[in-house]
Amino acid sequence: MTNEDVFSKVQTALVDALGVDDDEVTPEATMVGDLGAESIDFLDIVFRLEKSFDIKIPRGELFPEDILTNAEYVEDGKINDEGLAKLKEKLPFFDLSEFERNPVVQNFANILTVSDICRYVESKIGANQA
Amino acid sequence: MRWFWIDHFVEFETGRTAAAVKNVSLAEEHLHDHFLGFAVMPSSLVIEGLAQTGGLLVGEHYQFNERVVLAKVSRASFHFMARPGDSLTYQATMQDINENGAMVAGTSHMGDRLQAEIDLVFAHLPSRENDERELFDPADFLAMLRLLRLYDVGRQSDGSPLTIPAHLLQAEQAMEAATDLN
Repeated sequence: MTNEDVFSKVQTALVDALGVDDDEVTPEATMVGDLGAESIDFLDIVFRLEKSFDIKIPRGELFPEDILTNAEYVEDGKINDEGLAKLKEKLPFFDLSEFERNPVVQNFANILTVSDICRYVESKIGANQA
Repeated sequence: MRWFWIDHFVEFETGRTAAAVKNVSLAEEHLHDHFLGFAVMPSSLVIEGLAQTGGLLVGEHYQFNERVVLAKVSRASFHFMARPGDSLTYQATMQDINENGAMVAGTSHMGDRLQAEIDLVFAHLPSRENDERELFDPADFLAMLRLLRLYDVGRQSDGSPLTIPAHLLQAEQAMEAATDLN
């Protein structure tokens, strides 16, 4: 499956789950800020991606709420170095450079882009084929 | 008074599909004033009825051990309004279910006529330490399932009757024993 195929299927999933138009779902669009995704939409999106790509997405993998709500990794509403290391380890497919500059927990959802979702799916498909 | 928006199940196959009947009556107060002088079944309550049909289908899959909540109405289109005297049949079909939640596709029919198409997402509330509160009292919940005739029509995928989960039966017996003592 090419990257274009992955993007096209992710786009369909997001259009159906979020009720947005095709042309709004660009690679750079952020899930929350641009596409208006709410936390419960991620459950819907996960179901659609699983079905569309025949992959399994474990709880907390696409949206790591277990790290973002863990007192060990959160200090004064910000993710500490240990937490950032954990996030990078768990989410190697996400570009966290922007988030690292000001790692406020609430900002996490805002930095997630359509490209990040595509990279995540590609990593899952790659794992399936390996 | 309970928030019942289905009258009873007419079909229930575990993990796959459920159908329930809703008879619309002018005796229901919400029909009187929704549109004054034009009594119709509010569409939001058709969604609620399908959410109850689908939600119990989802809950039964894990023997009602998960706390199931309606998370999202993904799609709702209505083709005509149901009026007093109409009988609606809500059909819920499981599209997907896992430990996080479930997706259910639903329809409402009046006879052969498609009245509404409603897709729903349900979430399983995660269990947290020190918070194992039930959404329902288990004995009351079983009484509701019996009232809705779920176990009269419920079937396993091989056609054998659905069995009532042990934890619900135990709660019912405990309640009966406590009532006898009083």
